[in-house]
Amino acid sequence: MTVHNLYIFDRNGSCLFYNEWNRKKQAGISKEEEFKLMYGMLFSIRSFVSKMSPLDMKDGFLSFQTSKYRLHYYETPSGLRFVMNTDLSVPNGRDTLQSIYSNLYVEYIVKNPVCVLGHSLDSELFSSRLDSFIRGLPFYSPRAA
Amino acid sequence: MVIFSVYVVNKAGGLIYQYDNYVPRAEAEKTFSYPLDFVLKHHDEKVVVSFGQRDGIRGIKFIVLADPRQSGIDALLRKIYEIYSDFALKNPFYSLEMPIRCELFDQNLKGALEIAEKAGNFGAGS
Repeated sequence: MTVHNLYIFDRNGSCLFYNEWNRKKQAGISKEEEFKLMYGMLFSIRSFVSKMSPLDMKDGFLSFQTSKYRLHYYETPSGLRFVMNTDLSVPNGRDTLQSIYSNLYVEYIVKNPVCVLGHSLDSELFSSRLDSFIRGLPFYSPRAA
Repeated sequence: MVIFSVYVVNKAGGLIYQYDNYVPRAEAEKTFSYPLDFVLKHHDEKVVVSFGQRDGIRGIKFIVLADPRQSGIDALLRKIYEIYSDFALKNPFYSLEMPIRCELFDQNLKGALEIAEKAGNFGAGS
């Protein structure tokens, strides 16, 4: 039961925040390339999902899973995108991401007069609160390496 | 109507089989222009090695669109692969990577879908 990592993208595709808690294998490309790959993949998959949907869609793309991990996605109305990779035991990370947005992002970034929106988030308070929030999640437990 | 569609994509990305089970609202383009290594809820054929050209390694992708409440999709995908190997690969008139036009494949596929819908439907609406 664990959270592997978390990305926050703005609506232009730049990565505002990234942190990892439990990542066993690196991607083999630079972080910048990885962010572009992640954003591009999400863009394509959301467009694919909306075209292929046989019924009218309510929320759109929510998550995908492979045999090893599950990626959860949440987008705010302002175009901010939260992406979280967990292991397969977490069925629905969307609420978690939504509360990260409303309880952490809005509180510590949006309401912070020093933080410029659109630049990468470098508020230490935000990072530390997010870290303790993630570690406090019921489905987080650090595995012995 | 809880299994909406089944698609089979060949190695080059071309669509070789399509079965739709819903009222289509608009014609969407059926070309996949990027390699699909994983799809929503990983609908992948069991490819043993994905690099290298050896016979036996196909790179064929099976895609099933279904209601999220439908269970047993993994088993259904494996069943579709079985049906594919029984009726398409063993058919002497079928060539690989080409569109699948085998009647027995269609029939067996529809049968498998019906079985899956009846067996796997817990509390799904229409």
